[in-house]
Amino acid sequence: MTGHWTEFTVFAVLFIGVAIMGFMASRWRAGDSMDHLDEWGLGGRQFGGWITWFLVGGDLYTAYTFVAVPALVFGAGALGFYALPYTVVLYPLVFLPVLRLWSVSRAKGYVTPADFVRGRYDSPTLALLIAITGIVATMPYIALQLVGLESVLRTMGINAHGFVGHLPLFIAFLVLALYTYQSGLRAPALIAFVKDGLIYIVIIVAVIYLPAHLGGWSHIFDAAQKKLTTPNPATGKPSGSITLSSTNQLQYATLALGSALALFLYPHSATGILASRGRNVIKKNMIALPAYSFLLGLLALLGYVAIAAGTKPIINNATGKADGNTIVPALFQGQFSGWFAGIAFAAIGIGALVPAAIMSIAAANLWTRNIYKEYLNRGATPKQEAKQAKWASLVVKFGAVAFILFIDPQFSIDLQLIGGVIILQTLPAVAIALYTRWQHSRALIAGWAVGLAWGLYLLYTIPNPANGKLHFGGSALQLGKLSILGWHPFGGSTTQIYVGVVALAANIIIVLVVTLVLRAAKVRDGLDHTVGADYHVDEGDSGLRQVAAD
Amino acid sequence: MTDSHPRPQRDDTGGRPPGAPRRRGPNALIWRWWNLLLLLPLLMLLTPWYNKDRPRLAGMPFFYWYQLAFVFVGVACVSIVYAATRTPSGAEPSGADPDDPASGRPGAIR
Repeated sequence: MTGHWTEFTVFAVLFIGVAIMGFMASRWRAGDSMDHLDEWGLGGRQFGGWITWFLVGGDLYTAYTFVAVPALVFGAGALGFYALPYTVVLYPLVFLPVLRLWSVSRAKGYVTPADFVRGRYDSPTLALLIAITGIVATMPYIALQLVGLESVLRTMGINAHGFVGHLPLFIAFLVLALYTYQSGLRAPALIAFVKDGLIYIVIIVAVIYLPAHLGGWSHIFDAAQKKLTTPNPATGKPSGSITLSSTNQLQYATLALGSALALFLYPHSATGILASRGRNVIKKNMIALPAYSFLLGLLALLGYVAIAAGTKPIINNATGKADGNTIVPALFQGQFSGWFAGIAFAAIGIGALVPAAIMSIAAANLWTRNIYKEYLNRGATPKQEAKQAKWASLVVKFGAVAFILFIDPQFSIDLQLIGGVIILQTLPAVAIALYTRWQHSRALIAGWAVGLAWGLYLLYTIPNPANGKLHFGGSALQLGKLSILGWHPFGGSTTQIYVGVVALAANIIIVLVVTLVLRAAKVRDGLDHTVGADYHVDEGDSGLRQVAAD
Repeated sequence: MTDSHPRPQRDDTGGRPPGAPRRRGPNALIWRWWNLLLLLPLLMLLTPWYNKDRPRLAGMPFFYWYQLAFVFVGVACVSIVYAATRTPSGAEPSGADPDDPASGRPGAIR
């Protein structure tokens, strides 16, 4: 670590301050007892508009987003900008469904999306599948927060080989694990204020100062276009362009749509929503959260700014390869003084802790409610549930650390793509089920299995010519290679599409067909434990169940 | 399928205040024409409409400033639906939290 002492000092001071906040958070707006999942896992279901805005914003716009989106724009150009339409179409799409999810969860005391599926279908098997899907899709997402944190640490010169190189990351994560254990969802909710405050300051300063300093946006885009259209020595083709090509427009649109449909199926998004006090809080947040989207759009453009500034990614000494994820930290290091770069690094670093905490809590809630209580200890008391969830959150975090230790970060990014394809397969059982119970629970299981298997198979067949990988090389499928049992409906087409929406389409078709068959055969389905009125309850309704009641 | 359901504890329509919409069926679906406005931001997925470099705004290609401008289209659509489908003031049961004078009033800032 040479010459980065100012950066590191600013970073360390902010990081330690946040850790102290995390431990203090258990006493913030505390309920009668922390021994209930409503308290530990959902912060007492009491968060108002501002807290929800910071919490959900801190939850959805992660450190990984902040480093990977500009890195993608840096490497591939316009395609990386999909993050903007993704987060713009997101809120109108989920505006109505999340209100129904909040109401039914509030009415029935559900803590996870799988709890809702359990109540709606009376099928522990379907709920188990939804819970496992959620946990599996969340694990690599937590690991990616570590990738974000590590990119900052390595830029600051903490870039050793092998195990020692990962050590600072472990320490940071150990501290995070301990205060999440103690304070539950209150810790990330409180820290999110600091994280988002820092992020807003850093991005706004960067997008005002850097273009002025580097000759204006026009010059930046021209420089980016020149570099992106230069053929890549590995493939002989240009690596991208500042506009979309004829083959990746459909990919851009389906990636944006598929990601938007997937986001609120992730358990951690549901956790942020269920922790809010009432429907009005959620509605206002659906209007106010796009402020982060605008910020994300500006942030993505820093990928081009890095090209114009001649920024080079840092070599990751653990893998010996240039790490594209360090492009934004390296840009800040090259263009700003040490103390401001330190603030920017702290913003990204703390930005990793908030979602990692919420994700581990969400995964712990799934484990506790839909596996432990359902299969291991049916008579678990709320206190036992809370204790189980606390321990599970530790296990999940160390699982994510193990991920980083054994897997090349480039590979973990592919896992994120796979995670999106996986979680999308819960859409018929969770999101559609909020509106209708027409689909049979066994049809949902069949659709889930087919969508998952086909989606994973398609991902397996995708190569990446840039790094020579033959399988799991990305999430863009050439339509010409799409084969339905040997039949090629779009033979010869080079247009690309996001695998997630293809697998989801297969899933929905199977659900439709199998439901028709089962209904025709009069196969019985379980009871619906919810009633229509449950989907409209709101804070202050008479007869509403108590928070943290048994 | 609905025959086997437990009876709803809360009446779906009896407590319905004047002006609030009727809730239909076992899922209590509410149809509001205003909600269709939520589909408008999906127009952002039509890439051929904006996949070009020029005209530039403050040096930024059309592709980028058009999409940044669409953030406000999304916000406007959700805001309009929010305002237009709010149940009339006083229709929803008022806030239960006596310590917080803002709770329960739809227009109050929280």
